[in-house]
Amino acid sequence: MTNLKTRTAVSVNGLRKTYGEKVVLDGVDLSIGEGEVFALLGPNGAGKTTIVRILSTLIPADARTASVMGHDLRREAAAVRNVIGVTGQFSAVDNWLTGEENLLLMGRLLHLPATELRTRAAQLLELFDLVDVARQTPATYSGGMKRRLDIAMTLMGRPRLIFLDEPTTGLDPRSRHTMWLLIRDLRAEGITILLTTQYLEEADQLADRIAVLDRGHIVAEGTPEELKRRVPGAHIRLRFADVASLDEAARELREGTRDDEKLVLRVPNDGGIRSLREVLARLGDDVAVEGLSIHTPDLDDVFFALTGNASKEKSQ
Amino acid sequence: MTTLTIAAQDSATMLWREIKHSIRLLRLLIVSAVLVPVVMLLLFDYILGGTLGHGLGAVARGAPYVDYLVPGILMMTVAGGCGPTAINVSMDMTGGFVDRIRTMAVTRGALLAGHVGVSVLRMLVATAAVTGVALLLGFRPQASVADWLAVVGIVAAFSFALAWLSAAIGLVTKSVAGANGSTLPLSFLLPFVSSTFVPADSMPAGVRWFAANQPFTAVVDSLRALLTGSPVGNTAYLALAWCAVIALAGYVWAQAAFRRGTR
Ligand SMILES: Nc1ncnc2c1ncn2[C@@H]1O[C@H](COP(=O)(O)OP(=O)(O)OP(=O)(O)O)[C@@H](O)[C@H]1O
Ligand SMILES: [Mg+2]
Repeated sequence: MTNLKTRTAVSVNGLRKTYGEKVVLDGVDLSIGEGEVFALLGPNGAGKTTIVRILSTLIPADARTASVMGHDLRREAAAVRNVIGVTGQFSAVDNWLTGEENLLLMGRLLHLPATELRTRAAQLLELFDLVDVARQTPATYSGGMKRRLDIAMTLMGRPRLIFLDEPTTGLDPRSRHTMWLLIRDLRAEGITILLTTQYLEEADQLADRIAVLDRGHIVAEGTPEELKRRVPGAHIRLRFADVASLDEAARELREGTRDDEKLVLRVPNDGGIRSLREVLARLGDDVAVEGLSIHTPDLDDVFFALTGNASKEKSQ
Repeated sequence: MTTLTIAAQDSATMLWREIKHSIRLLRLLIVSAVLVPVVMLLLFDYILGGTLGHGLGAVARGAPYVDYLVPGILMMTVAGGCGPTAINVSMDMTGGFVDRIRTMAVTRGALLAGHVGVSVLRMLVATAAVTGVALLLGFRPQASVADWLAVVGIVAAFSFALAWLSAAIGLVTKSVAGANGSTLPLSFLLPFVSSTFVPADSMPAGVRWFAANQPFTAVVDSLRALLTGSPVGNTAYLALAWCAVIALAGYVWAQAAFRRGTR
């Protein structure tokens, strides 16, 4: 118990999955340490859900080695199930039970002792801000509330490793932010998390390490910083009314690339308030800036940098 | 805890879940499980019963048509429970619940056991309710206490058999709507082509043999004999034998489909 972080939570080598002729995963290697938040980043059809379903014992696959929390995925599936929690991509809450009953159902299926059952449910309702709707069925919940209940259900049994398949897809920015806070809290408790996402920003915000998945291959892996170094940086685009203003701005700022046709100057900038102010201050009141837009690298940039392809799903 | 006590505990949990579902959907269930059979009873007794009753002739043994009709309506009440069972099973398969519990250490058979258990309960409660309404509408059974017990036994066995069959249908159909549609032969077609409303003898030659020998007729005939106090003969055993065959077939089919669907 003294050195949890150095143990591996997930270790797979040469993971392959085919459906008929179609190769969905083609030799995936993953190694996730205990206590780590690991993000699988990839576009539609990359194979994220397939990896989650394999690692959570739902579907079999070929692999040279595959173990989860020290148990062999194939031979010790029951032992694996005892220590993991899974929140799938699509809602798996029971729509005819209340929020509280959904948690109690999970607790009973996990064979929690009667006394712990109710305290744990109450605790999770509190933690996930669902106390007010605990006695309502999810039919009356918003998407964010449903997602939170889904994850709370996953946590009833105090799993040491949880899988979150696209936990924030379909949520508005505020709910997404709430979800991020919750995931950080789980990490602080020492729970290992494998999450999938289509958003670079989300992986950057949450993960200790990121693997970029593209059509069944891992095309890059590393810390968010390592990945971002391989991707063109954030920048702002300044648009001007005439060439004279563009000239003057380029002179003042002394950096960036200009596009004379569109009257646009592209300047490296992280988009933060402080650095934006700096740029504007340097331009002063005399240079007429028509428009300003902030560009942060997104999944497309990552994919373009790593594979030379945009992230659009390829239909084979 | 032993595997057996865990299995029992998991099945009880699934039973609890399905009972909660039934309570939440009570209004819907009352309509489909009780109101529909009662409307059938009224339609066939008040509107069609005059002619049908006359047509029965000696078969009715002087009793009004309602006494002939009610045992058939009770059988249809049980059969009417097939749709909801198949739908519930199908919703679990398509809605992610099965996947969720498969990543947990839950006993494999518990889910289906819960569905079938509560399905039988629903069918029994509905049949009791319809019996009550039938009595209010003038049904006058001539059954002894032993006869009534036999009736309960046959209704329970028939419910158990159809519950497994419906569970299997819910497992193999790919959508909830498909699950509902696929139970219609059980809840409508087979009851009509049986001795539910008129004796099989009165049917056209093409279907007469089938109607006289199919399982639903055996169930209706045994219930009718028991409730009207006429000689039961071996129809009760025949009905129970059919129930055993259907239950076994449904069980084997459902288990195979569950294994296949969750691989
Ligand atoms: N049961 C199946 N039969 C055939 N092909 C499948 C099956 N399940 C998944 N696939 C294919 O495998 C590929 C990967 O699917 P997967 O669901 O893992 O992608 P994903 O990364 O989770 O995508 P998304 O972001 O859309 O959820 C897809 O091309 C999909 O069509
Ligand atoms: Mg997916």
